[in-house]
Amino acid sequence: MSATPLPLGTRIGKAWHRYKWSYFFIAPSMILFGVFIGYPVLRAVVMAFQKVTLRESTWIGLDNFRAVFSSQLFIDSMWHTFIYAFFVVAAWITSSLIVAALLQPLANRFQSLFRGAFYLPYVISIIVISLVWIWIFEPDYGFFNFLLRSLGLPRVLWLQNPDMALWSIIISTVLVVPGTGVVLYSASIGSIPRELYEAAEVEGANGIQKWMRITVPLLKPTTLYLMVIYTIAGFQIFERVYIMTGGGPINRTTTIVQLIYMTAFSDFNFGRASAQALILFAIIAIFSFFQFKVLSTDVEY
Amino acid sequence: MSVSSGVEAKRPARWSWYRLRRRLPNLLILLLLTAVAIVSLFPLYWLFATALTPASATVKLPPELIPSEPTLENFRNIIKLSGQGKLKLPGQIIAMPRMLLWFVNTLALALISTGIHVLFDTMAGYAFAKRKFPGSRVFFWMILAALMIPGQVTLVPLYLMIAELRLVDTFLGVLMPGLADVIGIFLLKQYIQTLPSELEEAARIDGASEWQAFTRIIVPLAAPAMAVTAIFAFQRYWNAFLWPLVILQSPDKFTLQVGLSYIYNSEFGTNYGLLMSGAALASIPMILFFFAFQRYFMQGLRVGAVKG
Repeated sequence: MSATPLPLGTRIGKAWHRYKWSYFFIAPSMILFGVFIGYPVLRAVVMAFQKVTLRESTWIGLDNFRAVFSSQLFIDSMWHTFIYAFFVVAAWITSSLIVAALLQPLANRFQSLFRGAFYLPYVISIIVISLVWIWIFEPDYGFFNFLLRSLGLPRVLWLQNPDMALWSIIISTVLVVPGTGVVLYSASIGSIPRELYEAAEVEGANGIQKWMRITVPLLKPTTLYLMVIYTIAGFQIFERVYIMTGGGPINRTTTIVQLIYMTAFSDFNFGRASAQALILFAIIAIFSFFQFKVLSTDVEY
Repeated sequence: MSVSSGVEAKRPARWSWYRLRRRLPNLLILLLLTAVAIVSLFPLYWLFATALTPASATVKLPPELIPSEPTLENFRNIIKLSGQGKLKLPGQIIAMPRMLLWFVNTLALALISTGIHVLFDTMAGYAFAKRKFPGSRVFFWMILAALMIPGQVTLVPLYLMIAELRLVDTFLGVLMPGLADVIGIFLLKQYIQTLPSELEEAARIDGASEWQAFTRIIVPLAAPAMAVTAIFAFQRYWNAFLWPLVILQSPDKFTLQVGLSYIYNSEFGTNYGLLMSGAALASIPMILFFFAFQRYFMQGLRVGAVKG
């Protein structure tokens, strides 16, 4: 704090000399961030209010949003996405919690073996996984219809029947226990203090009481985290649908991201696709917010 | 000695009822978990079982649960039938089957992206963790905010940008936008914050430049967090689908994932033996990668390195 401030040029020069290395270290990331995230987000917001072609853009106000909300296909896609996300989140949270709890009493080498086994499917691309499921769902020679036939049941057109296709995609997702949930839950269960269970035993609590009163409440932060990331992933479902049904039959499996993809790259209606993407963003933000509100009550050990 | 053997004699025998009753719950859990794991891993098993079954046997009822005559015939065929492609290197053109070409494309894109990604993320993570400078808070909050934005929001504008830059159907067009992923910066900042600052200061007193202090002191100490970041980044780039699908158009430039969906939509799309062997070729590297770095995957997960 000098009495007479230095000339502006000198001050900037001094600051530059002092901080230039800091800016040098963040520059590559921040430039990439600005060009490939910041700018496109702003442009998406602008485009949502425009009619955009590869040549020119014209301002059309809220027309894109009006068109989106009055489209039956968009309403259907939202509905399909919600159904998918709801069942997948519920099944994934439940199955990973149960598997993680069952792992706990086992010896360490078994625990890490199972954690690896449940995580392995998650390093494989969804394209590969979806292709395998197409083969499992194949009407004549597929594994599922072979099982049904062995049980004397009629065959099911898993992906071809309009009433079945969305459920088949859900089945293909929920039958695989999520490795992320198993790993995270089993880490959190491992960190619950043993004394809590011992105290409960002294007071005569049985296994189910211990589970409902100690384990489940203390896992709330992990449940919250998993619920948020699984809901986000569920709302963003695309690859499975794109490969397994392409949104069909008769649009009965079209999800929001599949619709965005088709609006942008089949119809080349870039403005409307941006409006759809912003609506998806808003839905995800609202859901995450409410999950935090409902689940993030204080947890104390 | 005689006393201790007397005590041992009183111990229950190895397979007494007492022991069995004590161990039975764990045995049941083990069986139950094995059953659940078999269901979870079945698609992966079925992928390899079908890939190894002769093409004639995949359309047979009942299906062979274990390939009776395992063969690499499907693998040879998919490589042959994927078509001839040209690998264009500066100064020379190498002809090779497309399946292998896609493998080379995917590996090159994933390795280059991962390398650049980890370097830039470490630099930024270090600056945010250890250096004070005007605007650091604002920049960091921008990064956190970006984590919440789903990729679909930027998909269309990015495509238009790449089209305007005339980079559609180029590797550069695939590579560049994929580099702007901020989760690694966050992870590395968290880790580098926990490192002591004394070494870095000592290096500076000894006359090291800022860049040397970074490469000689910070990078070796941050190596574990860099490895975790690199492993998740590599997995993400190897499995990337939507963005390469949108940008790449000529089959010679496809990545494995885009190539697989191309084969599925081609005349071979219903030849499941072929399709599964292609899918197996695309996943074997990731499976080996997982077994090699399993420890880092599990660690990374716990520090929240997984996005969505």
